[in-house]
Amino acid sequence: MKAIADWALDVANHLGASYADVRLADDRHRGLSTKNGKVGSASVAESLGFGVRVIADGAWGFAASDDLTRAAVEATAARAVEIAKASSRVKLHDVQLAPEKAMTAEWTSPFQIDPFTTSVEQNIELLLTIDSELRSVPGVTLAETNLNFRREEQWFFSSEGADIHQTKYTTGTGYVAHAFAGSEIQKRSYPNSYGGQWQNKGYELVEELKLVENARRVGEEAVALLTADKCPEGVFNIILDGSQLGLQIHESVGHPIELDRVLGMEANFAGTSFLTLDKLRTLRYGSELVNIVADARQEHGPGLGTFAFDDEGVPAQCTPIITNGLFTGYLSSRETAHTIGASRSGGTLRAEGWNRLPIIRMTNISIHPGEKPLTREQLIASTDDGIYMETNRSWSIDDKRYNFQFGCEAGWEIKNGKRTRMLKNPSYSGITTEFWNAMDAICSRDEWTLWGTPHCGKGQPQQVMGTGHGAAPARFAGVKVGSAYKGT
Amino acid sequence: MLNKDQAAEIFEKLKKHSTADEVEALIYGGKSALTRFANNTIHQNVAEESYSISVRTAFDGRTARATTNKFDNDSLQRVVQASESLAKVQHPDPDLLPMPDASESPAAAEARPSRHSAQTAGLTPELRADAVEKIVQVATGHKLTTAGVFASSEGVEGIFNSHGLNDWHAYTSSEISVTMLAGDSSGWQKANSPDVTQLDPTGLAEVSARKALESARPREIPAGKYTVILEPAAVLDLAGFMFWDFGGLSILDQRSFLNNRVGTQIFGANINIWDDVAHPLQSGSPFDGEGIPRQRVHLVENGVVKRLVYARATAKKMAQSEYRDKVGPVAATGHGFSLPNEMGEAPMNIVFSTPQDPKTVDQMIASTERGILVTRLWYIREVDPYDKILTGMTRDGTFYVEGGKVRHGILNFRFNESLIHMLSNVEAMGTPVRASGEESFDMVAPPMKVRDFNFTEVTKF
Repeated sequence: MKAIADWALDVANHLGASYADVRLADDRHRGLSTKNGKVGSASVAESLGFGVRVIADGAWGFAASDDLTRAAVEATAARAVEIAKASSRVKLHDVQLAPEKAMTAEWTSPFQIDPFTTSVEQNIELLLTIDSELRSVPGVTLAETNLNFRREEQWFFSSEGADIHQTKYTTGTGYVAHAFAGSEIQKRSYPNSYGGQWQNKGYELVEELKLVENARRVGEEAVALLTADKCPEGVFNIILDGSQLGLQIHESVGHPIELDRVLGMEANFAGTSFLTLDKLRTLRYGSELVNIVADARQEHGPGLGTFAFDDEGVPAQCTPIITNGLFTGYLSSRETAHTIGASRSGGTLRAEGWNRLPIIRMTNISIHPGEKPLTREQLIASTDDGIYMETNRSWSIDDKRYNFQFGCEAGWEIKNGKRTRMLKNPSYSGITTEFWNAMDAICSRDEWTLWGTPHCGKGQPQQVMGTGHGAAPARFAGVKVGSAYKGT
Repeated sequence: MLNKDQAAEIFEKLKKHSTADEVEALIYGGKSALTRFANNTIHQNVAEESYSISVRTAFDGRTARATTNKFDNDSLQRVVQASESLAKVQHPDPDLLPMPDASESPAAAEARPSRHSAQTAGLTPELRADAVEKIVQVATGHKLTTAGVFASSEGVEGIFNSHGLNDWHAYTSSEISVTMLAGDSSGWQKANSPDVTQLDPTGLAEVSARKALESARPREIPAGKYTVILEPAAVLDLAGFMFWDFGGLSILDQRSFLNNRVGTQIFGANINIWDDVAHPLQSGSPFDGEGIPRQRVHLVENGVVKRLVYARATAKKMAQSEYRDKVGPVAATGHGFSLPNEMGEAPMNIVFSTPQDPKTVDQMIASTERGILVTRLWYIREVDPYDKILTGMTRDGTFYVEGGKVRHGILNFRFNESLIHMLSNVEAMGTPVRASGEESFDMVAPPMKVRDFNFTEVTKF
């Protein structure tokens, strides 16, 4: 691979690039799903190619190809320089890269069981067993399961001398039971909605999740929702389960702290951010209990945002984002670090694959659990009046990340410290900083899970990326509930 | 660019490696490029060339797919073996049909419209930079900041199977999207076409700039039900959420909002919608994931859902189901996704019919005593799958209309609105145009004036 990269780097250098890097990636995937007792899809895929990123005449160019012959590699590098020179015709200033020591490194994400060594028969058997459990519940009209394995091997070389080889294994799995009756469709998912739980782990993740053991309960809850009372509208204390809090972090903390959004670079598509540069270390983002980090390091856990180096060769780091409620950090890159006075990148530049330009992406944006022991049941017991909501069903937030609305699959009324009747169609909405300032309790480490969000979209052309979000159930006071169904 | 003859040769090589009863290959790829600008600067500028081959094999009711982007002989052998290994361990599926033969994909009676433009294929980074330069000039001329993209591509997609079916589609695409940013407001426009000469970067920039300037100093007005004038991009971004439910399999799965509603009046009598890949303003492949030609289907007739679309297997299954008499004509329509999949099929070439008395957006404004003009919507998600309630935000040019005139920009709204309710309350429509948003696929969609659109919250900008 180094020889291939050298062909590209030599051409870029010869044609006048002041900086160049080459990423080669070999991506493999197995995807299986079932639907109502049958295999829905069964596929394997592989993709091998490379991308060349250059700065020439002070501007960026990027070209990618899946043709690894020397002629094609050199032509692709030349195309990247040609593109950069075209870019330079419309620029206000030259690109500046924060300095970074060129590293030589090898890294593989830890795993116990290489998921690709498990048999497809075994995989399908598991999914069909879950499917059977779900459909054993009268009233379940549609059962869907999925299992995905991915192996991403990447080689990064730069004109500054970086030589980094990383391999990452990802496993994702989950299921959903739908119930249709009369004029209503309800659903329950496990362990999370929209694909389940995803981590940088091997097949051991599947074994840890107790998938079969939870299937019948999930099916029963889907059917029970059809006859449950509607979630009331009003202002309530709410408790969110960890998976919903993880998505809340993703949308109302993770995206607004992306420095490219803050600087207007995503204004046409993903949007900008309310977190203008003057707010760093001045904005009271949340209550004193809110401590959130962006942590890509292995010691944070096997999140989808865990790696050893980002896609421009910067080592994984932990950046305090919200510290005791105060806004303290952005997600940055070598190009953007200087705008916040940082001497180096925060190491968050990542690409979906070899054919995409790396852009600022969330790593693992996680909230610290509470320091005092507090289980979910104890949290509910300490709540006189409120609503507990579990598992995301819909999510939406404005393009500066102020106003959000989330719907959950299921809710339960809390009265005098007890979880009482089930509530259908729970939703809540608010303004980001007002919401985080209303957090008055969070469960402790035993309830904390590093959730995976596998399909975060950003960029043009759009790129899909996995991000991690560690979260525990938490309580928020005085939250607006039920707007989603107001007036409809 | 890979051509059909070369692809057919690849398929012949591939077939020799297969021991399956049947084999199918999708061969696709091409060149794409995108120049991205923000803060009046080109900040990202990319190009890619790649091809893939996706192989489906079938053994006696069992099928699976394997995909690679390598075309050497060893890789072809490996991808065939991967597909076969995966297929062999499946449980037999009684609903899996034999792959179609050439008789199911007859030569089109009418010439297919070309979706390929030499001018688009010949776009260079320099030409894209020229266009961006013009957009930036408009921005600086108005003391605004601009961000957006100019993208283009040239590609192919073909299908070949061991029963002799083969088909090929060559296309180009081009797209310009422009956002103009002022201190406290913004405007947006987007257009795309297979033919880049149909795009007007300066015109898009001027309209976007006008929206940013006219919505400056936005005022807050309370949330509530308003008459709303939705520009075509906003209409398609909403409507796009319902067409996934127009596939026959979504009824069989009981996941569609059309469960028990096909043949009933669920929208206003002024709503007529077709799926028509051959429409002059449409684009896309003329065949589906199995190679079946896409038919023109009248989905919604005077507000009544009359037809669904079907892949071959779904049509057969529907014809044998308890729902067969409740869903209109049942037959394969050429809207299936590549197999195997869970979704079945969907109409992806939506064309709204021109109303009898089309109104321009200006006429809609002039006839509105009190309402909201919406340029664009954002982050739309489904809140309720059967009532088809969607939530989302307005963005990049939201205006208050009073006394038949646009009065001023307003702070953006969150909406929670049922598509059924919305399409039952359309007071006026314009002539459909090729429109492009961000939440749904491109469509030929009109601007609409809708009463009692449900805005539930106001945001901070």
